[in-house]
Amino acid sequence: MAISHDAHTVKQFDLQLANLRNLVLEMGGLVEDQIKRAIKALDEEDMTAAREVIARDRLINGMQVKIDEDCISLIALRQPVSSDLRTVMALFNTVSELERIGDGTKKVARMTIQIYDGVSSPPSARLLRDVTPMAELAAEMLHNGLDALVRLDVEKALHIIRSDDDLDQEFQSALRRLITYMMEDSRTIGHAINVIFIIKALERIGDHCKNIAEHIVYLVEGKNIQQRRNLDMSLATFAQEKQQEQEP
Amino acid sequence: MSTTTIEIKTALDTMLKPNPHVGKQSSVEVTDYNNRQTVGKITVDHPKMICRGVNVYYGEKHALKNVGIDIGANEVIAFIGPSGCGKSTFLRCLNRMNDTIPVCRVVGQIKLDNDDIYDKSIDVVQLRARVGMVFQKPNPFPKSIYENVAYGPRIHGMVNTKPELDDLVRASLERAGLIKEVEKRLEEPGTSLSGGQQQRLCIARAIAVDPEVILMDEPCSALDPIATAKIEELIDELREKYTIVIVTHSMQQAARVSQRTAYFHLGDLIEVGETDQIFTNPKHKLTEDYITGRFG
Repeated sequence: MAISHDAHTVKQFDLQLANLRNLVLEMGGLVEDQIKRAIKALDEEDMTAAREVIARDRLINGMQVKIDEDCISLIALRQPVSSDLRTVMALFNTVSELERIGDGTKKVARMTIQIYDGVSSPPSARLLRDVTPMAELAAEMLHNGLDALVRLDVEKALHIIRSDDDLDQEFQSALRRLITYMMEDSRTIGHAINVIFIIKALERIGDHCKNIAEHIVYLVEGKNIQQRRNLDMSLATFAQEKQQEQEP
Repeated sequence: MSTTTIEIKTALDTMLKPNPHVGKQSSVEVTDYNNRQTVGKITVDHPKMICRGVNVYYGEKHALKNVGIDIGANEVIAFIGPSGCGKSTFLRCLNRMNDTIPVCRVVGQIKLDNDDIYDKSIDVVQLRARVGMVFQKPNPFPKSIYENVAYGPRIHGMVNTKPELDDLVRASLERAGLIKEVEKRLEEPGTSLSGGQQQRLCIARAIAVDPEVILMDEPCSALDPIATAKIEELIDELREKYTIVIVTHSMQQAARVSQRTAYFHLGDLIEVGETDQIFTNPKHKLTEDYITGRFG
């Protein structure tokens, strides 16, 4: 049974659920903005902007605390079941993913400050060439994730899960390239390690987006496709059941 | 492409393509009785009672429509649904309590083990000893606590001597979790007990005749939360020995005490499933709407 869109008899319950959803989306918007700001700061070698990203992470952490409290009070006072319970749990879990994505952007900002500390010479452009495409992919995954959450769009969520593999591959090839540079010229090692931290943070952001997508599938379908080793099985079963439901 | 990407792609492709191995049969077992469909698996591996095509009429009114369900041995099954949905009517069919209502007519088959309980050869008194009942309001006899429990075994001739009867009364009160509270006042009237104690006395009275199935019709609706918790704990303990069918208006109670849940709506059995599944991911929209409080 998918999500019911009918109103609850107790209207206050609908209001609380809607508020919770809006708060999560607001937090998502904030995190999305943080990714963009962090990458812009790196591109433009802007230390002030990077420090701002670090400072703004507190906002995100504060929102997580607030939303967690709201979820707990909703569970305690309304005892949600079925799709309501899945909604609350999915939002609760999504928020913790968003908080970690926020940590990832903070990490990118920290590394930016370290790279352009003014002590050592700035890195060559080729060391940073993989960062922007990876950041764009990660930001797009998050954007799609939030979109899928608004629309409760399972197809889109499954697309995000697939995108994460692209991001993982990007990370692997970027890592190989960076290793080559380090082997060629040991003077690049310092910067290359910082860049590795950045691309690792971006790769982790992708993982969190994938988790959000899985929470959305759980929310809508009530099926847990989270276990990686079971993913193939669950997706196949899921596909089969979906198809059967569509048949008359 | 990595192996995982290929795996996901294959899965996604499967989703879009028609699968030749999948027939028309749905993933959930659908039972069709005169076009009424119950969603979920109505059968169990070790049924204690098997009900098929059960219809109940109160005069002209068709109160229960083609209900088919198995009640598993040693399980607690909860019947939920809004008022007037037929859940209590169905419960009362299970030990022929509806026989006492003149305008009530029951059609269909209900088997206890292999015996058709509506067969002419069935002795209703014996049947009700095998399928006991606990009601919404505690209704002890206006007799002593001891006599309340001793009455059943005595009329069924289950014991021959007084010491045997004493033992049986004590054992029943113990199983109902009441013995500590009443052992020094067995001769006091049953009605002198508190509501929760009276209800446990009624359970002791029901289990004294060693039934196989216990039917409970909203057994906690007149009790406070502490007495309710004691009854729920008792239900869980009794499950080892008996099969329990409980009708309840409290969905939380159904979720807490039962292993399977059946949802009734306007005389139809809409959905049956594992309690866990019913409360996290029901298949039918009516079930979903009822348990999430969207019933309007």
